[in-house]
Amino acid sequence: MDMVVCVKRVPDTAESEVHIDSSGRDIDKGRLSFGINEADNYAVEEAIQIKERDGGTVTVISLGGKESDEQIRMALAKGGDEAVRLEDPAFAGSDGLAIAKALAAAVKDLKYDIIFTGALADDDAFGAVGVAMAELLGVNHAAYVKKVEIAGDKIKVGRELEGGLLEFVEMDLPAVLTIQTGINEPRYASFKGIKLAAKKEIELKSAADLGLDASEIGEAGAWAKLEKFTPPVVGEMAEILEGEPEETASRLAGILKEKGLV
Amino acid sequence: MLFELAEEERLFRSMVRDFAEGEIRPKVDELWEKGEFPYGIIEKMGELGIMGIPWPERYGGSGGDYLSYVIAVEELARVESTCAITLEAHISLGSSPLYYFGTEEQKQEILVPLARGEKLAAFGLTEPEAGSDAGNTKTTAVLDGDEWVINGTKCFITNAGTDISAGVTVTAVTGQDDGKSAISNIFVPKDTPGYNIAPKYKKMGWHASDTRELSFSDCRVPASNIIGKQGEGFCQFLYCLDGGRIAIAGLAIGNAQGCLEECMKYVKERVQFGKPIASFQAIRFKLADMATQIELARNLAYKAAALRDAGKPHTKEAAMAKLFASEMCMAAATQAVQIFGGYGFMDEYPVSRFFRDAKILEIGEGTSEIQRIVIARELGI
Repeated sequence: MDMVVCVKRVPDTAESEVHIDSSGRDIDKGRLSFGINEADNYAVEEAIQIKERDGGTVTVISLGGKESDEQIRMALAKGGDEAVRLEDPAFAGSDGLAIAKALAAAVKDLKYDIIFTGALADDDAFGAVGVAMAELLGVNHAAYVKKVEIAGDKIKVGRELEGGLLEFVEMDLPAVLTIQTGINEPRYASFKGIKLAAKKEIELKSAADLGLDASEIGEAGAWAKLEKFTPPVVGEMAEILEGEPEETASRLAGILKEKGLV
Repeated sequence: MLFELAEEERLFRSMVRDFAEGEIRPKVDELWEKGEFPYGIIEKMGELGIMGIPWPERYGGSGGDYLSYVIAVEELARVESTCAITLEAHISLGSSPLYYFGTEEQKQEILVPLARGEKLAAFGLTEPEAGSDAGNTKTTAVLDGDEWVINGTKCFITNAGTDISAGVTVTAVTGQDDGKSAISNIFVPKDTPGYNIAPKYKKMGWHASDTRELSFSDCRVPASNIIGKQGEGFCQFLYCLDGGRIAIAGLAIGNAQGCLEECMKYVKERVQFGKPIASFQAIRFKLADMATQIELARNLAYKAAALRDAGKPHTKEAAMAKLFASEMCMAAATQAVQIFGGYGFMDEYPVSRFFRDAKILEIGEGTSEIQRIVIARELGI
């Protein structure tokens, strides 16, 4: 089973205060720490577990600057074999689709059975890259995958639905799976693994290396353009209930019932 | 001159931090309240190569440098000190004499399982009458045929009484040299008859660490268990202690960093006089000082570790790092409790534990007073 895992370096915003930067189109990342996107960490683990069980290779790909090498190397330290990093100023301003184009161009010449991505990025939360990549490559896909079973050249995957339900689908390989958190227990890299990973080469590819024209990628190739960030505005439609909890809860229940929402 | 870790060291740090957050953080309350030795966590640390970071792979280690090991101790202590001191005592005190001064046979037989984390190592130096005055060691080892017969008592020994303890390297008087006791280091396996393990101490901090009194009554070990040459014990443990001091500085830095992070969260949430206390200058200055002191201590400790890795003299820098970091940590923990006010005095608040874990750092592996003596001596006065 030859596998590709796409990983993204993201800022850790869980316990930090987040401010919009002076451009108005990004957050101020100066004081944030960075790590692998959480769902991607599970995707890496899933690929490595399959490799350990059934054999094969795991290639790690990331689109980002030099600092992304840290996330790539950690995935290599856990059991990844080879790595590619896509870096080009032309990628700036990419949306999920533009990123999918770059990743698809990078994997199309590789031998692969499964491409893994995380289901959702912790920073922009598009949830689009994996699915768009499958479409561009013309292969099957399943999103929000919480279970993977391999049977010959077919796979059976469980997709997470609302309420914790799983929907099982069977598909032919190759395929793109976007992995949901909780599918496995991601391991820690070992010291020896890190030492070996530090010596591995990470292949660097530009847009030109991938045969991509500037009009296809970055802001030019994106369907969605980020205009600006604003904090949520308190709408005029909002009705604030005041009073003791027993009283406000009962009024809230009344309103929900009246509007037919429950 | 840019003070920046290499990518490999940043990855090590990130891995140990993830490990401490994922495996130790959820058990912090239990470790403190029950005081039971964390076998499961130590086993996992062994599997990841943390228990043998600085030793070469041919001896079961991870082939890392001393700086990476100090960073690991720091990252563990940032969450909780038990695993940090267990690792510190295991590597700097327990395993070091074997690695630096042991024979190839001793390394293969004793060091390999230690480096893999299958067994734990301890060092027995302190005695009821020999603390800072290590030369006053009373424990004796007498050669009887091809065996050493050891008698004496050691106190405050960490890692010697667990189910996975390999044994302890003790300092023992093996003769006289110019009227002074000639001290040698001898490895005593835990299952040796006469190796008596007292119950665990009840301590102010480090509740789950395995720290005990040991006594030896006609404890017989093969003559080949001596480490290095007879009479070289004093020089050996001074070299090991230089390394240990840098690692204790790592423990102090981690503890202080833990205090700072707890305070950073609390001061934004705690409201007094209608405002988060983070807006008050009295609090802001305390945190600014704390962060500054941590940064200084870290730079000093990393420098001492880098000197050791480069094979350069580092006795002075190690003593300075230990002295400054441990006193800095005590001050930081004191201010952290002050910032938390009455809550800081409560057991369930992490800062009260950081405070109690901090004090020993000014005492163990050479008191602050001893560090000042060492530094003054290194200055040439």
